[in-house]
Amino acid sequence: MSDLDGLIEQHIPRLRRYARALAGDRAAADDLVQDTLERALSRFHLWRQGSDLRAWLFTIMHNIFVNQVRSRARRYHESLETEPAADAVHAPEPDWLELRDIASALSRLPHEQRAVVLLVGLEQFTYEEAAQVLGVPIGTVMSRLSRARERLRTLLGGDFKAASLKVVK
Amino acid sequence: MSRQPITEADLHAHVDGMLPPARAAELDAYLAERPEEAARVAAYREQLVALRREFDAVLDEPLPQRLHVPRLYWARPLLRYAAVVAWLTLGGVAGWQLHAYTADKQIETTAWARRAAIAHVVYSPEVRHPVEVAASEEAHLVQWLSKRLGTSLKIPHLGDIGYTLVGGRLLPGDRGPVAQFMYQDGKGQRLTLYVRVNPDDSRETAFRFAQEHGVGVFYWLDRTLGYALSGEVDKPELLRVATAVYRQLNP
Repeated sequence: MSDLDGLIEQHIPRLRRYARALAGDRAAADDLVQDTLERALSRFHLWRQGSDLRAWLFTIMHNIFVNQVRSRARRYHESLETEPAADAVHAPEPDWLELRDIASALSRLPHEQRAVVLLVGLEQFTYEEAAQVLGVPIGTVMSRLSRARERLRTLLGGDFKAASLKVVK
Repeated sequence: MSRQPITEADLHAHVDGMLPPARAAELDAYLAERPEEAARVAAYREQLVALRREFDAVLDEPLPQRLHVPRLYWARPLLRYAAVVAWLTLGGVAGWQLHAYTADKQIETTAWARRAAIAHVVYSPEVRHPVEVAASEEAHLVQWLSKRLGTSLKIPHLGDIGYTLVGGRLLPGDRGPVAQFMYQDGKGQRLTLYVRVNPDDSRETAFRFAQEHGVGVFYWLDRTLGYALSGEVDKPELLRVATAVYRQLNP
């Protein structure tokens, strides 16, 4: 087995975890991972030896995911110009009884926000690394993170520990 | 003690454990006086726990077949096609440039390594018919290809370095028949050794390397024969195998 295979293989479980959380269902997530790996293998000569392979792979996955979201949005004749629009198509207001789990709350975030929450919270990228993967300034990462976490808090029913609900708009 | 103002970004960095200890202590002191902010931070921390609880199990799931790396090489015809186009284009450009500046011999060298790479890309993904004559008929394979190339061929054995012979085939080269031997490792990763008769049988060259679209080729001339070893493996691995091939052919 070549070094290249081994290098890439060790990242597959984490790519799958991220894809599952990002895409929602298992088949779509593994499709995303497969597309990512194929693209990475065919472009491996573009990877700079010694640079962070994990960041490179996640960047590839992010780009593929965004393209998929865009082409889907085009099919629905939806604009992505305003942030919440894309996912709002599939995200009716939550049923407050059902909505206690993190997966369905995540699915109601705009995908840009979901990606930040997952890269930072699940994959433990630094804010700088997340900015690099997503190709946005770090300030954008911070504002998306802030909005996403607040939205999740609302969706998940407010505060876990403190009983105060008045913060919820 | 003068404190820097606490920002929203600080709160998140605190949640994510990214603050230096001194600053984290300041954050804790700040939050102790502000129950609503503290509740918010606690909720964000709960989100982290919930994310891990929900998705960490994916890490331990067995990989489906389609996500095994060696399999991915053979999966998509489009990828193979892209590699062929890349090699054709590269050869075209390189050949043209060389034409302008250097001797014909070098153009010729580039061209045959390119043919080897394309033959690799075309035949290595074959599932049912990767070779014409299988390794089980090795004696016949050597005899047949030696006869067709008009010289005595030797097939390197690479079992010691993890590659077994799949078999071989006859191919058209630009100046007559060439031979292709195929090897594969335990994971199905394939390498091909392309052998041709040199037009100018006195030449020897060092290893040369070319790579395009994930397909690498080491090629060299060794008096009467020219060899090109192609594979979708990284350069050090291909060099390791090329070196073993060379040593066996020049004991």
